[in-house]
Amino acid sequence: MRTYILKRLLLIVPTLLGAATLVFVIMRVIPGDVALLILGGDQGQIDQKQLVAMRHQLGLDQPLVVQFGTWLWGVLRFDFGKSLWTGQPVVDELLIRLPLSLELALLATMVSVIISIPLGMLAAVRQDTWVDYVIRIVSIGGLAIPGFWVGILCILLLVIFFGWGPPLEFTPPWINPWLNFQMMVWPVVTVGYRYAAVTTRMTRSTMLEVLREDYIRTAWAKGLAERSVVIRHALKNSMLPVITLVGTEFAFLIGGLVVTETVFTLNGVGRFVVDAVAHRDYPVVQALIFLTAFSFVIVNLLVDLTYAWFDPRIRYR
Amino acid sequence: MATTETTLVHARASAGLAPRLTAARAVLKFVRTKPLGAAGAMIILGMLAVGASAGVLAPYDPYHADYGQQFSRPSIAHWFGTDEFGRDLMSRIMYGARIALFVGFTASFVGCTIGGLLGVVSAYWGGRVDLFLERLMDILLAFPQLILALAIASILGPAVQNVVIAISIPIIPRAARVVRATALSVKENVYVEAVQALGAARPRIILRHIVPNVVAPYIILVTAQLGGAILAEAALSYLGLGAAEPTPSWGLMLSGSALSYAEKAPWIAVFPGIAISLGVFGFNLFGDSLRDALDPKLRSR
Repeated sequence: MRTYILKRLLLIVPTLLGAATLVFVIMRVIPGDVALLILGGDQGQIDQKQLVAMRHQLGLDQPLVVQFGTWLWGVLRFDFGKSLWTGQPVVDELLIRLPLSLELALLATMVSVIISIPLGMLAAVRQDTWVDYVIRIVSIGGLAIPGFWVGILCILLLVIFFGWGPPLEFTPPWINPWLNFQMMVWPVVTVGYRYAAVTTRMTRSTMLEVLREDYIRTAWAKGLAERSVVIRHALKNSMLPVITLVGTEFAFLIGGLVVTETVFTLNGVGRFVVDAVAHRDYPVVQALIFLTAFSFVIVNLLVDLTYAWFDPRIRYR
Repeated sequence: MATTETTLVHARASAGLAPRLTAARAVLKFVRTKPLGAAGAMIILGMLAVGASAGVLAPYDPYHADYGQQFSRPSIAHWFGTDEFGRDLMSRIMYGARIALFVGFTASFVGCTIGGLLGVVSAYWGGRVDLFLERLMDILLAFPQLILALAIASILGPAVQNVVIAISIPIIPRAARVVRATALSVKENVYVEAVQALGAARPRIILRHIVPNVVAPYIILVTAQLGGAILAEAALSYLGLGAAEPTPSWGLMLSGSALSYAEKAPWIAVFPGIAISLGVFGFNLFGDSLRDALDPKLRSR
């Protein structure tokens, strides 16, 4: 196990380095002058002096190699510079918004797991019956409905029927759980249903595979009750791929948060990305893009380690 | 003599066992065995028909603002009502189908084609090329699809063709993965070894012998990405990074104004969402069933 952990840790170094390089390439090498964009120069006349000053401020007047070195050095120290919009360090701005997004992501993941695993299991056990068809249609449908539209519908219904909009100020759950709940419940539904759809499908297909294994036939042959066969034997063994999926989905949640936080005007990390893009706040944009990739790589590593912990065969590959 | 006879018998026997399906029969079989997929195909065909004939079908000009008709409720004159500029929502949704289909098809086609070619090259060349391309794809995969698209769209600026680029880039590594895996197994076939022995050049082997054999997974990939691409277009437009006003993009129709007039005119926020969901639902249903029908590994299940 120790060698496996070491090997995996070493493997993430080139990936992260590559991610940092890629972000740099996207932000600096793709045609378009960032300084010009920030000053709105693509829309009209522009003061040359201002442009030179902005380029200097961003370090764009230096050779690409130097810029790349500065960026990498910053990444290593977790220093992503200052936001052009607020003038605050990007990391500070991020930390203010992180609790809300983490809470939203955690709750949404929990809700989706609680809903989807029993549903996926039921669909697999009752394969090709109307139960299975209903669950499948609902889960394919869940994938088709855009998250932001569900959010819009939630707000629409609340406003029309109850004349009520969700509170706007974020209250941490440890200060006022009820206010926090009122604020989070609809975003959680909006984000969670989609992941529930994905996880239901995954649970169904892995369950179907496991149910065809020899040891399941043996369990039936022993005369075990259905509950015991399905839960103790099949479910346990079909959980690994589902755990992987839930883990990676959690890391990818930030993508889902972008639209949901925008719909509900929640001041989280996802909205931070959108705002930064709208304000042309490029230091923030590149920092956030890199950090999403970073968190994805870390969560992926954790998922892989859990996987190896549960399934010793993987460690020796 | 004996050998030719046996091959003939074999040929006849296999012909008897698995008659070659004509196109019409294949379609019929698909409809019979995959009713959900057929339903998806109907939705797609409907969407294509509406998009293609929007100029004839749409009762109004989708760009024409009629200030006397602002916020009209759904009625006989305006089936889906009108928006804050008095523009007919049904006409806008019909024209919106064009944008959704255009972005969906081009983005998934471009993304899957580039990714697929990279996958084939990676699998066939092997060695350092494979290692390098695989690493590159790993890195691209570390970025959530929407975030990557958002970053690219933000730099390219809001325009329909930029949305296509922004959406197709995240598709590349996903397509490369799948095609590479298939190409690796195709590469092991004896006929590839044979043309190698005959001294064919690598590009020729790739194009003439490997590519035709990865067409099935490629088609599955393109259809599977379509729904996601349409959703991504809607999301980007909703966030203000896709098509710009007054383009009748479904996602754009839901942004900003839709919620601010929630009480006054909820239909503005309802109908475009139904259009997106229905379209993506159709593509997903069809893609799923097509995968089941074309992927021999899954056929027995």
